[in-house]
Amino acid sequence: MADTSSTSGGLTLPQQRQRAAFWFLAPMLFALFCVAAWPLGRTIWFSLTDTTLSNLYGGKFIGFDNYLSMRTLSSGKVIWRGTLVDPAWWNAVWNTVRFSVVSVTLETLLGLIVALVLNAEFKGRGLVRAAILIPWAIPTIVSAKMWSWMLNDQYGIINDMLLRLGVIDQKIAWTANVDTAMAAVLLVDVWKTTPFMALLILAGLQMVPRDIYEAARIDGVHPVRVFFKVTLPLIRPALMVAVIFRMLDALRIFDLVYVLTPNSAATKTMSVIARENLIDFDKFAYGSAQSTLLFAILSVFVALYIWLGKVDLAGDGGK
Amino acid sequence: MSIITGRALRSAAFGALLAGLGLPALAADITYVSGAVGNAVENFKSLVKPWEEATGNTVTLVPMPASTTDQFGQYRLWLAAGNADVDLYQTDVIWAPQLADQFVDLTEAAKDLAPQHFPSIIESQTVDGKLVALPIFTDAPALYYRKDLLDKYGKQPPKTWEELGVIAKEIQDAERAAGNPDLWGFVWQGNAYEGLTCNALEWVKSFGGGQIVEPDGSISINNPQAVAALELAKSWVGTVSPGGVLAYQEEEARGVWQTGNAVFMRNWPYAYTLGNGDDSAVKGKFDVVPLPTGGGNDTSAATLGGWNVAVSKYSKNQEAAISLALYLAGPEAQKQRALNESNLPTIVALYDDPDIAAQQPIIPRWKDVFLQAVPRPSAPTKGKYNEVSSKFWSAVHSTLSGEGTAAENLEVLEADLTDLKGSGW
Amino acid sequence: MNVQAVAGRIAFYALVAVIVVFSIFPFYYAIVTSFATGTGLFEVNYWPRQFNLANYETVLSGRTFPRNIFNSIFIATMTVVFALFLAVTASYALARVRFRGRGLLLMTILAVSMFPQIAVLAGLFELIRFLGLFNTPWALILSYTIFTLPFTVWVLTTFMRDLPVEIEEAAIVDGATPWVIITRVFLPLLWPALVTTGLLAFIGAWNEFLFALTFTSSETTRTTPVAIAMLSGASQQEIPWGPIMAASVIVTVPLVILVLIFQRKIVAGLTAGGVKG
Repeated sequence: MADTSSTSGGLTLPQQRQRAAFWFLAPMLFALFCVAAWPLGRTIWFSLTDTTLSNLYGGKFIGFDNYLSMRTLSSGKVIWRGTLVDPAWWNAVWNTVRFSVVSVTLETLLGLIVALVLNAEFKGRGLVRAAILIPWAIPTIVSAKMWSWMLNDQYGIINDMLLRLGVIDQKIAWTANVDTAMAAVLLVDVWKTTPFMALLILAGLQMVPRDIYEAARIDGVHPVRVFFKVTLPLIRPALMVAVIFRMLDALRIFDLVYVLTPNSAATKTMSVIARENLIDFDKFAYGSAQSTLLFAILSVFVALYIWLGKVDLAGDGGK
Repeated sequence: MSIITGRALRSAAFGALLAGLGLPALAADITYVSGAVGNAVENFKSLVKPWEEATGNTVTLVPMPASTTDQFGQYRLWLAAGNADVDLYQTDVIWAPQLADQFVDLTEAAKDLAPQHFPSIIESQTVDGKLVALPIFTDAPALYYRKDLLDKYGKQPPKTWEELGVIAKEIQDAERAAGNPDLWGFVWQGNAYEGLTCNALEWVKSFGGGQIVEPDGSISINNPQAVAALELAKSWVGTVSPGGVLAYQEEEARGVWQTGNAVFMRNWPYAYTLGNGDDSAVKGKFDVVPLPTGGGNDTSAATLGGWNVAVSKYSKNQEAAISLALYLAGPEAQKQRALNESNLPTIVALYDDPDIAAQQPIIPRWKDVFLQAVPRPSAPTKGKYNEVSSKFWSAVHSTLSGEGTAAENLEVLEADLTDLKGSGW
Repeated sequence: MNVQAVAGRIAFYALVAVIVVFSIFPFYYAIVTSFATGTGLFEVNYWPRQFNLANYETVLSGRTFPRNIFNSIFIATMTVVFALFLAVTASYALARVRFRGRGLLLMTILAVSMFPQIAVLAGLFELIRFLGLFNTPWALILSYTIFTLPFTVWVLTTFMRDLPVEIEEAAIVDGATPWVIITRVFLPLLWPALVTTGLLAFIGAWNEFLFALTFTSSETTRTTPVAIAMLSGASQQEIPWGPIMAASVIVTVPLVILVLIFQRKIVAGLTAGGVKG
């Protein structure tokens, strides 16, 4: 990558440019401070207090009690309280992680297939490309409603199709059944976000020079081998970035679960349980603690991913 | 930044100036938020028109999603932030104890009106002696049954849940053999949500198993009658009720019912009018009775629903807002609601009103159902009600889907609720 | 060989067909449903049996739906303008100027894109009330920067970094200020990336639900996703599937058209630099 610092000009030029850079960055940083840093700071603060929604400004500082606290009962028995020993929270963490890993894996594989198809030259490619983008353009709230309609056990079309095809012999209540609720959420999420994944991978694929394929074809290398030896390494950076953006979205998933299976313990994710405590239950501070933990988990995950995957996100390339 | 805060300061100063001048006679614009269904907005306009003309004030309705959970979340956030843009909230019957701190006490203002209402409803809206909201209409479910099918097999509407199961099974089997493979015996609301709390409370209470948490705050749910009630309900799933009933809310149940695919249905009054719609497969073929009893107990139970109006503490037009609340809860407005929207009145006298009897014959009939109404335990559990309800419906849902027996799940539920209660609700 | 090629061709088109059907079937089914009314809704139909526009009439003659569409267009457009303006200058600084802590700053911006919406809801609500923006379109335009800005800055930064040094050098030698460099030199080259990121931001803002629900308190300031969630049947428990599907179709069609127009550009914009590692 080209060195971007000024290669000519006086000594003061870099300083001048740095000053300009500061003013260019300031509005964006200010905007991000207002809409992100400040609200997050408030949430972290709330998580250390006993604030309730009916008394938003009167919370007292109680340290980490919302996370973990120990109490000795009069009988001498010691009990632990707080999010960190709450089975409902760990169930949500487990659900979220399971959902994220499965959905991102499926979306990456399917996205790759779709991208490879779209990268080939064929008639009507533009139309197909537009068609696969439709799921992504439909508002989540709408697609969740659409799917819950299609997945309905009595008059949903999915059951009707599967019955006709003989795959199932009686109607299944997809979103209610503990065993299928997660599958239903996964199905909808894969449907909705595979196009985005395919798009990002396609962008990576199109940067692979055509003459490489040409050369491989002339040398008689098997296409599968070309894919693994040439294409995949070349699109790896694009793939890694696409995966992390999707992963971040998946770990935060809220609206889809909230509309499709709002109360099912089998699909309740971290965001959903945090909202439940923040708003529905009278445990605002407790919910804030869960939101803070969610943020912490995401940060650790991203740090690990960047470190282990050696993803060069900053693009400084070791400079 | 400076521009924005400058403007904010200026508008604040302007507001203070107006307040300082004190212009009480100025016509107020009252904002009313409410979950809105159907023609609610148009109906509401005509409903408040007399009040607007009498007082010179105007009313703006802000319709909200029909989902009560969504409404509740929204209102709670707005109230927490001291939102002064909304003067009146239309509240669910179970919200009063949870939002009590942020509403104005209406005891004094409604001292003439309150005694005209059913005392149980007024009581449900009273928290620590403070009248938090005024009832504007009520709601209670009933048992819908297919007259034609029951007649065909020579049956009477069931008096007990056990009987219901037997009749449902018999008709279902016979009809299926006769070439009606999609017919089910009984549909109800088994999804894990507030509606399941309502359904299960009806079973438990009608079996004589108490109402989860008693009015004095004691946790009563772990008892043999409650276990028997849940075990009976469990036996329906997959036999007389479709397995998918565990995902049903009101609309799914109505969907099965209205396409003619169910013998019995537990539902709210709304399904009555819709079931008699022109494109309904069951038009004119069904009727309603109060829900059955069970386990040898002789009183049935119908969960009390319904809506109320509460005045926000942060309203800048409290006087006008209270006046509107009184109007909406009063006989004139309730009668109009009953006539136009078939909402059940909360004023006792309206059940004998000849106009209502003539135009909405279903309303006087619902009085029997309504007399057996039980409240959900929102009053004793106060701010923790949602969590109590969520734990209850989860335990019931687990039982119904075969994860653990009723006895096991209710025992765990009792322990959980005791933990939640701590030293007091 | 020839048979194999033909078979391969058929398999390929079969795969294309599967992808297309899977992608558009739910939307197709929504359209079919939107033409049905009453009890007809509760029957499974693969082909439109009824062609009844009643649901569309219900939605469009609704009190505020046209107004909600206008709000959505306005808010999404302003969000795009706002995000692009802030992002172009910022990413110029991030991509073309070397200064200490640049990598850290980029990481911080990335960190913002992983804030859970629910975690900032309460704080953002306070801020919006403090600024007096509650129940105005500006509340949403401001709050949407939390998810549009990081992404936009990222894509534009990677894009600009890959542009050759020479194009800037000439301008620097001529003594052009950084502002002139951005507007005269970079902006014309940035179009593909701007179209892509702009479209992504537009779709993000168009689809957002939670903030839109929380930060508005009147029918006339709502956006379309909220308006759809508010569509209600004749009673509390009734869900009006027909009108919901009709409204969904109405809301989705503009996006589909946008995507159809720009689909080539979207890929081009991303290719040109968007997702390069």
